Amino acid sequence: MGFKGTLRPGLVQMRVLDFDETLNFYTNILGLNEVCRTADGRVCLKGYDEFDHHSVTLRKADEAGLDFVAFKVGCPDELEQMKAAVERFGYPVETVQPETDQPGYGKRYGFTISTGHRFEIYSEVAPAEQRPMIHNPDIWAKPPKGMKAQRMDHFLLYGPNIAEAERFCQEVFGMFVPEVCNTPDGGRLAAWITGSNKPHDLAFVEYPKPGKIHHLGFYLSDWSDVGNAADWIAINRLKLDIGPTRHAITRGLSIYFWEPSGNRIEVYAGGYTAYPDNPQRVWDSEMLGRGLFYYSGELIPSFLDIVT
Amino acid sequence: MAGRKYTITVEDTGARFPCGEDESVLEAMKKAGCGPILYGCFGGGCGVCKMRVLSGDYRVFKRMSRAHVSEWEEDEGIALICCIKPRENLKIARI
Repeated sequence: MGFKGTLRPGLVQMRVLDFDETLNFYTNILGLNEVCRTADGRVCLKGYDEFDHHSVTLRKADEAGLDFVAFKVGCPDELEQMKAAVERFGYPVETVQPETDQPGYGKRYGFTISTGHRFEIYSEVAPAEQRPMIHNPDIWAKPPKGMKAQRMDHFLLYGPNIAEAERFCQEVFGMFVPEVCNTPDGGRLAAWITGSNKPHDLAFVEYPKPGKIHHLGFYLSDWSDVGNAADWIAINRLKLDIGPTRHAITRGLSIYFWEPSGNRIEVYAGGYTAYPDNPQRVWDSEMLGRGLFYYSGELIPSFLDIVT
Repeated sequence: MAGRKYTITVEDTGARFPCGEDESVLEAMKKAGCGPILYGCFGGGCGVCKMRVLSGDYRVFKRMSRAHVSEWEEDEGIALICCIKPRENLKIARI
């Protein structure tokens, strides 16, 4: 196993308001496949290019936003070691028994980090029924739908004390921080953090309210698929936030919009290859506009202000 | 063809703009460009477009996040204006 801590963010549970309309977005527009439904009415989804049971669960709720994110680690031994490391870091850990609220998932450990988000870790998960071919594989078995999202990729979380969250991800999850943005007084405004070669598995922005999500990101093949996603946004009258554009931060090719329950979604392609021994890229906060929206170089207020 | 149009008046600024019967108040406000709210998630989730309806009848056509509008507030005429459509001329105000 090449990675020394978490493999990737493998599961998120999102709260949605208009369940049918929002589910229709995730399946028929974003292009995820429905895997199963739970007894309490949640729906489990996955991207066509993902191997594990499911990666996104939707829960009908009174509020939009994020219930939790879960990270996969390599094996049960590493899971136990990481659980002990979480406790040593100072966060109380709760055990979620296998095959309880998430079909196909083994034991998970859950805890709340400084930003108010619930994080979980797990090592065992059933293989998906619909999964990519592995023997003399074609690029897909069934044509991808809609925006053709391959997989869940990353999320940007808003909350207080991101300095501690960043330290947690490094010390406990074994991640590194390819890119940061600092305020003039040297404080951390934002950090992009990864446990893999992706430029980010997750990112944080400092924000007074805990537990908020800025966006959930899904991976596309290339720039032409970002354009295809823009067409689907227009055809379906989804509310566009910004793009298609390029980030200088991560170098991703990107478009942002809101799903029907008001959670912001990014579909994204490209991005640089991150290595833990490369030097960290540092942005000054007055240059954040250029970092986020490379072509215009200007921030838009909706992008910074709107979270769920 | 176009359906009925109503007039929305923003108390704080005196701004007035038209809003179709099948158009959200936020959509109409954004189209008119007069504010006070210039953007939002348009999904009832983010709470940016929370306002008070002072007078006039409207219908809530989309669920509003309870993180931003409680049942009590909803009964008091507080709404996310991306989730309401007018049935009469409305007078609205910032919270």
